[in-house]
Amino acid sequence: MTTLTDPPKESFRLSMLLYDSRYRSITIQIIVLIAFVVGAGWLIRNAAVNLAEAGKPFTFKFLGEASGYDINQRLIDYSSQSTHARAAIVGIMNTLLVAVLGCVTATIIGVLVGVLRLSKSWMVSRLAGAYVEALRNVPVLLWIVLTMAIVAEFLPQPKDFRGENPAASMLLFDSVAITNRGIYIPEPQFSRALGDIPVLVGSSRDPSACQSYYEGGELADACGLFQISLDLWAIIALLVASIMVARLNTMRANRIQAATGDRPNTLWANLAIIVLPTVALLWYLGFYLDYPILKGFNFRGGIHLRNSLIALWLALSLYTGAFIAEVVRSGIMAIPKGQSEAAAALGLRQGKIMRLVILPQAWRVIFPPLISQYLNLTKNSSLAIAVGYMDVTGTLGGITLNQTGREMETVLLLMLVYLVISLTVSTAMNAYNKRNALKER
Amino acid sequence: MSEVAFDKHVDRSRMQVSDEVAIDVINMNKWYGSFHVLRDINLTVNRGERIVICGPSGSGKSTLIRCMNRLEEHQEGQIIVDGIELTSDLKNIDKVRREVGMVFQHFNLFPHLTILENCTLAPIWVRKIPRREAEETAMHYLEKVKIPEQANKYPGQLSGGQQQRVAIARSLCMKPRIMLFDEPTSALDPEMIKEVLDTMIELAEEGMTMLVVTHEMGFAKEVANRVIFMDAGQIVEQNEPEEFFSNPKSERTKLFLSQIL
Amino acid sequence: MSSNDTPSFVRTEMLAERAPPALNTGAVGWIKTNLFPNPLSSVLTVVSLILVFLLLRSFIPWAFGGVWNAESLKECREILQGTEAACWAVIHERFWQLMYGFYPDNLYWRPNLAFVMLIVALAPVLFEKAPRWLLVVTVATPFLGPWLLWGGTIWTPIAAALGFVVGYLVYKAVANSLSELAGMVLGPLAAILWWIFVAGRLSDTLASVMPLAIESVPSRQFGGFMLSITLGITGIAASFPLGIVLALGRQSDLVIVKSLSVGFIEFIRGVPLITLLFVAQVMLAYFLPRGVEFDIILRVMIMITLFSAAYMAEVIRGGLAALPKGQYEAADALGLTYWQAQRLIIMPQALKIAIPGIVSTFIGLFKDTTLVSIIGLADPIGWVKFIQADANWNGIVWELYGFVAFVFFLFCFSMGRYSMYLERKLQTGHK
Repeated sequence: MTTLTDPPKESFRLSMLLYDSRYRSITIQIIVLIAFVVGAGWLIRNAAVNLAEAGKPFTFKFLGEASGYDINQRLIDYSSQSTHARAAIVGIMNTLLVAVLGCVTATIIGVLVGVLRLSKSWMVSRLAGAYVEALRNVPVLLWIVLTMAIVAEFLPQPKDFRGENPAASMLLFDSVAITNRGIYIPEPQFSRALGDIPVLVGSSRDPSACQSYYEGGELADACGLFQISLDLWAIIALLVASIMVARLNTMRANRIQAATGDRPNTLWANLAIIVLPTVALLWYLGFYLDYPILKGFNFRGGIHLRNSLIALWLALSLYTGAFIAEVVRSGIMAIPKGQSEAAAALGLRQGKIMRLVILPQAWRVIFPPLISQYLNLTKNSSLAIAVGYMDVTGTLGGITLNQTGREMETVLLLMLVYLVISLTVSTAMNAYNKRNALKER
Repeated sequence: MSEVAFDKHVDRSRMQVSDEVAIDVINMNKWYGSFHVLRDINLTVNRGERIVICGPSGSGKSTLIRCMNRLEEHQEGQIIVDGIELTSDLKNIDKVRREVGMVFQHFNLFPHLTILENCTLAPIWVRKIPRREAEETAMHYLEKVKIPEQANKYPGQLSGGQQQRVAIARSLCMKPRIMLFDEPTSALDPEMIKEVLDTMIELAEEGMTMLVVTHEMGFAKEVANRVIFMDAGQIVEQNEPEEFFSNPKSERTKLFLSQIL
Repeated sequence: MSSNDTPSFVRTEMLAERAPPALNTGAVGWIKTNLFPNPLSSVLTVVSLILVFLLLRSFIPWAFGGVWNAESLKECREILQGTEAACWAVIHERFWQLMYGFYPDNLYWRPNLAFVMLIVALAPVLFEKAPRWLLVVTVATPFLGPWLLWGGTIWTPIAAALGFVVGYLVYKAVANSLSELAGMVLGPLAAILWWIFVAGRLSDTLASVMPLAIESVPSRQFGGFMLSITLGITGIAASFPLGIVLALGRQSDLVIVKSLSVGFIEFIRGVPLITLLFVAQVMLAYFLPRGVEFDIILRVMIMITLFSAAYMAEVIRGGLAALPKGQYEAADALGLTYWQAQRLIIMPQALKIAIPGIVSTFIGLFKDTTLVSIIGLADPIGWVKFIQADANWNGIVWELYGFVAFVFFLFCFSMGRYSMYLERKLQTGHK
């Protein structure tokens, strides 16, 4: 009878740390980790020592102090007595404003140019190609500065709009004025407004959050952190509700098509569902437009979109639009020719082929690089300081940094803002991509 | 080239050729730029005919059948399908494409739609058939090609042979009167060629008018009623399969057959 | 079987090739297919022809009717007497400044020579037919190039180069006696120690004995396109090894290495370059020990290198991913270690695939160097502002920006075309 003996246990030797594949990876990782911690520690220690010596301990308290400067283009209330934190928020909102506006127009330009690039006409396709090459091969900063110069130079001055025979005139029934100081458009106002609600009442003494309570020269005790406009939210709520009803209508049309083969026209019905209730609400709230009117040397009233915003928006849209055009073109060209041939052989016409076969597939290819271009546009918007637009780089990373001298904290905060935006969008895109991927074996 | 053995008995008695003309090609010439790719093609296809077109690569055989549903345009001559002449008139092209189905070498299934949706797309949007009816027709043809259980899968989840059978079913859902096959088995692994050829044989037995560009000479011998040999853009020889394979008359035909058989 | 008589047919003579019908060939045919294939395209063709005509009609007289010789904007206007045309005299006068900044003009031969050396150094890398001895230039350029630009004693680049030699010798010695891993650690460590402690003192000592120096030019005199090119090329060259390390790190199975690489790459790619330049301008000094002073241009180069390394890593990762898995497996099966496999098999192929992406990254980096004008450096856009501040040229706008845009366009467009050419060539070569 044989007995099974246990195999001899290997004794542990130090050299196994390097050679045994079980331990080797851990050893390497520990070495790398130690090197990283030592390196990072050294850098941080230097920073702490240097900062202490300069009398600038690392703290974010400066965010609560009054900023002492004005911001000319802003979406929320702000004054020079507002805090640096509020200045940063104004900057962030300005960044998001120009980024969103830029992304929308860049997409429109990009899709248009991309499709034209695929045109069967040699002239059109080459012209679109020339646009793409011209825009892409010149630095975006140069385009931004150049656009600003064009806006300042070629657009009329406000005073050119006055007089018997004005050199320039307003557009759209005297409601829009395009000048070298910016574009003036009417401002929506409500005569029977529902009012504003302050949020988190009592949480700040920032005067710009107290304006509805600032009466009789007295600062009321209760000020909110910011205000919610009931009118705006009512309109948004109604729009969302009407869009949902429109979708129900479309689903009903789908059911009818499934049952009978005829698809009832949904376009007019959906338009009515979305537009009519909103128009009714606007009438109820006493909607009117505050027109910009030339008084003296300038326009008063209305919304003033400054020339820096216009120039930045235009330059970013044209520049990023060129890249988006290439993305769109490669996306459509990536779909094999056999797909449109098979669809054509089945009897589908060009429009239906594009809509049902090519574009759904091209969209999957276009989507990730498109989002990447949106992120590039957002990062490029940080060049706003070149034209004087106050985005977060200009407020937090510019004036706040210079005035408080807190370089570390402001630059770190600034990078954090952009990081949060980038990572949020990237993560959302990855999730969407995974969900939408074509199913394979 | 591969010769698939048919253990299935091919019932030629059910393959009837009528007197009605399905396709008429008269003095057709086509150029790609300055390259004369199809020269003086004259061809009449009657209903019920099963024509196999063979030839060396570059001979223009794929181009010829692609001209028949206007995937390619011809510059001279006439092509008349089902009594409708193919010109740049879009309405005529639509009518022809409804009656002519095509199966491609690389299947060309729509990867973003399920198998069922692939088959119902054209009937719904071209023939305006209600979705329920279209789905019933689709399931009928999917059963015919013997893969009804795959209806809710996506093309990427199927094997090559299965995809090609779906492609055949997809074309059949439009109830065409003529079927064009452009090298349907050239992109398939050997073990999958048989299942696709079996499907095509059943189609022939039901009386479908078929033009098949292929290298499968076994199929030609068993199923075709006419074999056409093309070279350098022109029809060099055509004959019944028995005569064609045992007694080729042109030198080029003999050379080609010696290379593939 | 019942069938009609199948027509049998044999062609006795093959048909000759004929010419296509007249309406389809030659100029008329080209116009028909390419300009007016269908109604919509025809309309678009006409619209674009009109557009091009209008553009050229306003641009050509302005550009070609310009003034080339004048001392100031006012003088230009006097010469033109009311017609709208360009005052190219500003370019004529300030050309060398726009190209070289404040670099002393008697020393222009140095940056020119450095640039030529660079082109020669790239030849053996990009063209396989180039003679192999040119690799000597490739190795020498990273040391001689900066020496030519900044000047100083020749012992500095030699001492720096010796660091690599020391590192390599230590690596070889340790690898042969102890282990390869120990060699990989101690070799670079020895080089780093050499650079920190020995190199400076060695070059100073040798310089005091035997100067062998050329006139040194401080960084703040660098400007114009020379500055842009220097920043761009240094950025790409220095980010190349770092990018390879990051790409390998990102591919790695080791959790810590992978997280560190991913963290670095995502951080850099998530922030705009201007914030990193702010770091260079105001923050970097805090992280260095007291008393260590770095030139602003050097700090900017460091941040540009880190920035470029993250994007380079992604491009190289794309090259690594495009490599068939079979290559890794074949290398393993042959018994090569990880580093041997990388050096001999994986990296050469992956980098070849990645070359078009690398050229793209370089073009992007070159355009991004214009951002240094925001932190006050004298790159071409910064120079435009300087020139505009001059009383003589106050108010001139289009000529300057147009010229700078044109030079950037020439450079980037040619590099782009070259990259497309490379891509086509490499595709055929690789299959």
